[in-house]
Amino acid sequence: MSDIVVNARDVTKVYKMGEFDVHALRGVSLDIARSEVVSIMGPSGSGKSTLMNVIGCLDRPTDGEYWLDGEKVENLSDDQLSSIRNRKVGFVFQSFNLLPRQTALTNVVLPLRYAGLNNQEAQKKAMAALEKVGLADRVKHRPNELSGGQQQRVAIARALVNDPAIILADEPTGALDSKSGQEIMDLLLHMNQEQGTTLIFVTHDPRIASMTQRTVHLKDGLVEEEEL
Amino acid sequence: MKILQTILEALDSLTANKMRSGLTMLGIVIGVAAVIAMMAIGAGVQNSITGQIEGIGTNLIFVSAGNQQQDVRNPKPLTLADAEALGDPLAAPSVLAVAPSVGTQQEVSAGRESSRMSVTGVTPAYAGVSNETLTEGEFITQEWLQGRSAVAVIGPDTAQRLFDRTVGVIGETIRIAGTPYRVVGVLEAKGGSGFGSQDDRVLIPLTTAQSRLIQRNVRDSVDSIQVQAVNSESVAAATEEISQILRTRHRTEVGIDDFTLFSQDSILSIAQSITGILTVFLGGIAGISLLVGGIGIMNIMLVSVTERTREIGLRKAVGARKRDILIQFLTESMLLSLLGGLVGILLAVGLAYGIGAIAAASGTPIDPSITLSAVLLATLFSMSVGLLFGIYPANRAANLQPVEALRYE
Ligand SMILES: Nc1ncnc2c1ncn2[C@@H]1O[C@H](COP(=O)(O)OP(=O)(O)OP(=O)(O)O)[C@@H](O)[C@H]1O
Ligand SMILES: [Mg+2]
Repeated sequence: MSDIVVNARDVTKVYKMGEFDVHALRGVSLDIARSEVVSIMGPSGSGKSTLMNVIGCLDRPTDGEYWLDGEKVENLSDDQLSSIRNRKVGFVFQSFNLLPRQTALTNVVLPLRYAGLNNQEAQKKAMAALEKVGLADRVKHRPNELSGGQQQRVAIARALVNDPAIILADEPTGALDSKSGQEIMDLLLHMNQEQGTTLIFVTHDPRIASMTQRTVHLKDGLVEEEEL
Repeated sequence: MKILQTILEALDSLTANKMRSGLTMLGIVIGVAAVIAMMAIGAGVQNSITGQIEGIGTNLIFVSAGNQQQDVRNPKPLTLADAEALGDPLAAPSVLAVAPSVGTQQEVSAGRESSRMSVTGVTPAYAGVSNETLTEGEFITQEWLQGRSAVAVIGPDTAQRLFDRTVGVIGETIRIAGTPYRVVGVLEAKGGSGFGSQDDRVLIPLTTAQSRLIQRNVRDSVDSIQVQAVNSESVAAATEEISQILRTRHRTEVGIDDFTLFSQDSILSIAQSITGILTVFLGGIAGISLLVGGIGIMNIMLVSVTERTREIGLRKAVGARKRDILIQFLTESMLLSLLGGLVGILLAVGLAYGIGAIAAASGTPIDPSITLSAVLLATLFSMSVGLLFGIYPANRAANLQPVEALRYE
């Protein structure tokens, strides 16, 4: 296995808005090594979320080449992309995106079900993941019975339950107060140290960026500068 | 195991919106109940009519004068002599028994009770041909026939009406068109029916009827002749023999008969095809309500897909394939329609027996019959309705792009 997990070459993304073309990414090249912790910053509308979607195989680039963990993500079918996301990517969203009627445990089990694990195995792995994020005593709670920070921990447990190559977090602390935000950051960075999971953050917060090893600045769909 | 999981999950999301799921199901409940109840009633009508026709006798051929299809010059009536000729075992080996009869409506009275009813002149053979048995007394005998005796065999309903009892009426006197007749026998009940009861009538010797009640132009003429074939295989042969004999006796032109034959089988099959069409017709109309129920499912599933767009996006983000989403929504729509179908079957049972009870109370007993095949058909049908009307919404959900779906507000 290669040590470059994210390998993007001249990736562009164009959205068609009626007669206009919106160039969200204008040719981004990016390498991210295994176990690296990277933050992506930039003004609103600069293409951060778009880049994250491409990196996480939620979306296909319009042009350019992209490899994720050695697999070329081009001309792959929707279902093949689903399978790659399931095996290699964990998502943490700003708005948590938990299934509201399901318990914390069931939410974490979800990726394992789509991976084809049987119920018993899935429950066991999900329990372990919830334990890692410190929610062993909240497994039967539904999202509306949990604090924002706790909900985001459930989301993190869901993201790491499949042992992904990368975890993508698009403003993971955006909806949290600074104390729970700090806890979430600590948790994710701890995962990186323990398991070597590659972490990619999108953030507006320079303090969060300062906790990462490298920051990529985007502007108008282009990488403006990289700082270590 | 996985199927069970999927079903549980679908049940869970259906119960999240109990009212909505219930109302959607109601459409299917009504549709399925209507289809099954209508089919059951149709089958009940069919059974009841078939039963009546079979109750007339077995392997019968009805001979009547005249020809409905063609004009016949100088048609001859059927006579007693014709009937006797049909009974000739040499000319008609397939014929078991021959029963000529004349029928009329007459005022029948006993004491102060009086009513108009069917009076039929018959021969002793009639009892065997028409499957008549007596609860008391005896049937019209050869002596009474030859003696033109004033005797009568009456139906159980008639006995009840005239004498307020069905036993111990032998020896009583009834008056037919003012003339006294002695009651010599009471028929066993054949089971009432709305279409002219077989249990409310009077039988007298044919000769008595001819001489006292019915004055016809031609001496010895009869209204109809019932012929019983030896067995069901020989009905066709018997029909041919009867035709030959009557053609010779009536000297008809070639190809133009002045009489009409009807086998019991042909009447039975006509009745069955009519009631069959009725059943399909009723079921078809009820089927429309099932269709409407299906459209209701489609509508609600589309709403549900829209409402759960973000959920679908999230599921896809964590690895759900098109197939997974498709199965999830199809399971929901099929569960809706299947549960609706099951409740509908229960409702149909109630409905069918309710209508049966109302029919019985109003004097036309229909025994609604819900068959296993109708239930299986309805179950299968309601599931296919769920499948059919669920495919479009489910497909829509499955084809959502994850990024778009996650952005949906
Ligand atoms: N589905 C879409 N259709 C059309 N245009 C889009 C779509 N998604 C994003 N864009 C456009 O692409 C550009 C980049 O959007 P993106 O969401 O990547 O920005 P961002 O850097 O994440 O901004 P923010 O910091 O506000 O989240 C924007 O101009 C946006 O309007
Ligand atoms: Mg964004």
